[in-house]
Amino acid sequence: VFALGDYYVVGLDHKPGESGDLDSLLTSARNSRYGLVLFAIYLAVYTGYVWLSAFRPDLAEATPVAGVNVAVLYGFGLIVAAFVLALLYGWLCRKPVHVDGPGQEDAA
Amino acid sequence: VIYETSSLAIGVFAVIVGITLGLSFYLGSRAKSSQGFFAAGGGIHWFVNGVAFAGDYLSAASFLGICGMIAFYGYDGFLYSIGYLAGWVVALFVIAEPMKRLGKYTLADALDSRFQSRGIKLAVAISTLAVSIFYLIPQMVGAGVLITPLFNFPHYVGVILVGAVVTIIVVTAGMVSTTYVQFIKGSLLVVFSAVLTVMILYRGLSENSKWEKPAHVRTWDMSSSVSIAGLDIDEQRRVARNRLYEQFAPERESDYTLVPPTGDWSSDENKSFIRLQDRESGLISTWYELPPLEGQTELLLVSAQTVAKLPDGRKSVNGLPQGRNEGETDLWPVGRVYDLPGDAKKTGPLGPLAFLRTIQQSEIVTWGKQTIKDDDGTVTDVYYPKITSGRDLMRPGNHPAFQGIRSPKLADKLNFLSLMLALFCGTASLPHILIRYYTVKDQTAARKSTIVGIGSIGFFYVLTLFIGLGAMTSGALDVTNNNMAAPLLAKSFNEWLFAIISAIAFTTVLGTVSGLIIASSGAVVHDLLASFFKLEMHDHGKVRIAKIVSAVVGVIAIVLGIVFEKMNVTYLVGWAFSVAASANLPSLVMLLFWKRTTKQGITAAVTVGMVSSLAWILLSADTFKDVYGYTAEAAAQASLVPFSQPGIVTIPLGFVVLIVVSLLTPSGVAKQGVAE
Repeated sequence: VFALGDYYVVGLDHKPGESGDLDSLLTSARNSRYGLVLFAIYLAVYTGYVWLSAFRPDLAEATPVAGVNVAVLYGFGLIVAAFVLALLYGWLCRKPVHVDGPGQEDAA
Repeated sequence: VIYETSSLAIGVFAVIVGITLGLSFYLGSRAKSSQGFFAAGGGIHWFVNGVAFAGDYLSAASFLGICGMIAFYGYDGFLYSIGYLAGWVVALFVIAEPMKRLGKYTLADALDSRFQSRGIKLAVAISTLAVSIFYLIPQMVGAGVLITPLFNFPHYVGVILVGAVVTIIVVTAGMVSTTYVQFIKGSLLVVFSAVLTVMILYRGLSENSKWEKPAHVRTWDMSSSVSIAGLDIDEQRRVARNRLYEQFAPERESDYTLVPPTGDWSSDENKSFIRLQDRESGLISTWYELPPLEGQTELLLVSAQTVAKLPDGRKSVNGLPQGRNEGETDLWPVGRVYDLPGDAKKTGPLGPLAFLRTIQQSEIVTWGKQTIKDDDGTVTDVYYPKITSGRDLMRPGNHPAFQGIRSPKLADKLNFLSLMLALFCGTASLPHILIRYYTVKDQTAARKSTIVGIGSIGFFYVLTLFIGLGAMTSGALDVTNNNMAAPLLAKSFNEWLFAIISAIAFTTVLGTVSGLIIASSGAVVHDLLASFFKLEMHDHGKVRIAKIVSAVVGVIAIVLGIVFEKMNVTYLVGWAFSVAASANLPSLVMLLFWKRTTKQGITAAVTVGMVSSLAWILLSADTFKDVYGYTAEAAAQASLVPFSQPGIVTIPLGFVVLIVVSLLTPSGVAKQGVAE
């Protein structure tokens, strides 16, 4: 039922015909795939943080590095991770897809 | 606390307002079409849009609220920082590019892109308005709350001033000027928060004296005054306390006499609060008996601060009328380190990690609040100092709203889990944020601007922890007003910084409110009038109506800001997140990833998500307490829902409704090849 792998992209599926449509459709589908993977990674890290805060106060209080506790380190980690994953996503999506091979000279 | 008017702050603010208004008039010609008015013609550079995201998103609640919460309760405010930022990940990875691809001016555009359904337009327009109004009220009230101490104007002047400036900005150049106001505000906020943080770290931490004044503490040595043989520590304290009271008996020649506890002062929960009357002046002071530290053999009484509402409506502060003249007094500023690690009295400049570590290993004086009612109808807010370990302050669960974290019961933890879910899902569902995606050229620009947004917002949220903890130890806090923590911290450095931070706080309101007005105006004109009621309009007429609607929304915002003055409204931002996440997120996600989503499914999910989350909030214990004015116990009894944050129930509910209704109405699936 979930049809992401079949290049199901809302908003492009009803405008067939024009050249370049297929490219942008493929680009959107690829970006969306990358996005979901990175989203899943972040969701896992975020869930870990919420779980730690709610259920393992003993762990959150431990001070493994530089005398700063896990709650603070993990919090900073989440903020930094968001930015790093965002940059990674931007880098992965930097070139549009081309039907005859992804992004050769057409770096936008 | 009575604040001095800062002409410097007024000046800085006037300059910022002048620049933004000038810019608005200059840019006015670019907003003559509806594409220009609602979406800035799609011509905003991605970097500008990215910083504008920060300016749009970092509301007064983010800046003043989070810093204040950290300053008074430690880590808990930072939970909001993390939740608010994490939501951007959803925006970038899931929502940003499709949003740009699908829509034109409003959130309803995107959700309705495949269907042309009036039902969707109506439901989404209403949810947009509901969310925007909830978001708007705290911003407007915040403007008034800020202006009262800073500029010494009455509350309504602040609200009207902000409302008028914002309305002019929006009416002259719509999304174009809104974008630049948000860009200016976002840059200023991030840059000066960084400056403030550097100054905090450079100043380091110091333990000048343990209490504000030596006269604020009295000790009695228990071991010498009490025969303690065979008594446990609680019993020792009871005996010591009785001995202490005997000293203050009227027949003794002590400098103070004990005021006999009446009303709620005599209740068990308030037995640590003691009122003493100065024999000479007759002034009554309130004292708090500190819980014993480990190995302590002294009974420690410390000065509390009081704000009392007398039965005749007068107000008294620390036993006297509030003022600066003879016979008047004011609250004293608080917030200090009680004990630094080791023997050091002063740390000197600290690195960021060393700063956090030092706080972690110190003892800090934080202030609690207890409201006590007397028999004669006097209601006294007692603010009392507590010695709190840094270790405790640097972990979640100190703030009343987060105490459930430390409870062993799962139901108490659910409230926290629910909030963190709503924050995570809420950002990417806020209409005034999502419409920013229409201001850029294409999906690539939408993606890049989100990355810039995450960078600047994330950086700012890292700084909130330092600013909050810096304020906590600045010696400049006002016990009655959490929201002033950041400006007062700036004041502890110098007047200029205070003026700039205050002016930025005020500008913060401008940026967010202008975004909300545009979102509301788009929902009314584009979704309701043009699409739902099918009103025929030329493009030009549409812009004219949009401007009128913006002005009307501006006036409504002003009225709400004045009406809600007395209410504690910061939690309304939390409502907005919960309602937005419950109403909009299920539809956005399912539309993108499930082919069999139908228009009936989306309409039902938006409606059910909005109504259920709203109903849940209105029936929750928090609302009974904060809005309807119940006491904590009465609120807990009256509430009809097990915990206050709806997200963990109503967000999944939205998904379930969408799936069930879509499966029941297969005819509503969008047909391939439907023309725009």
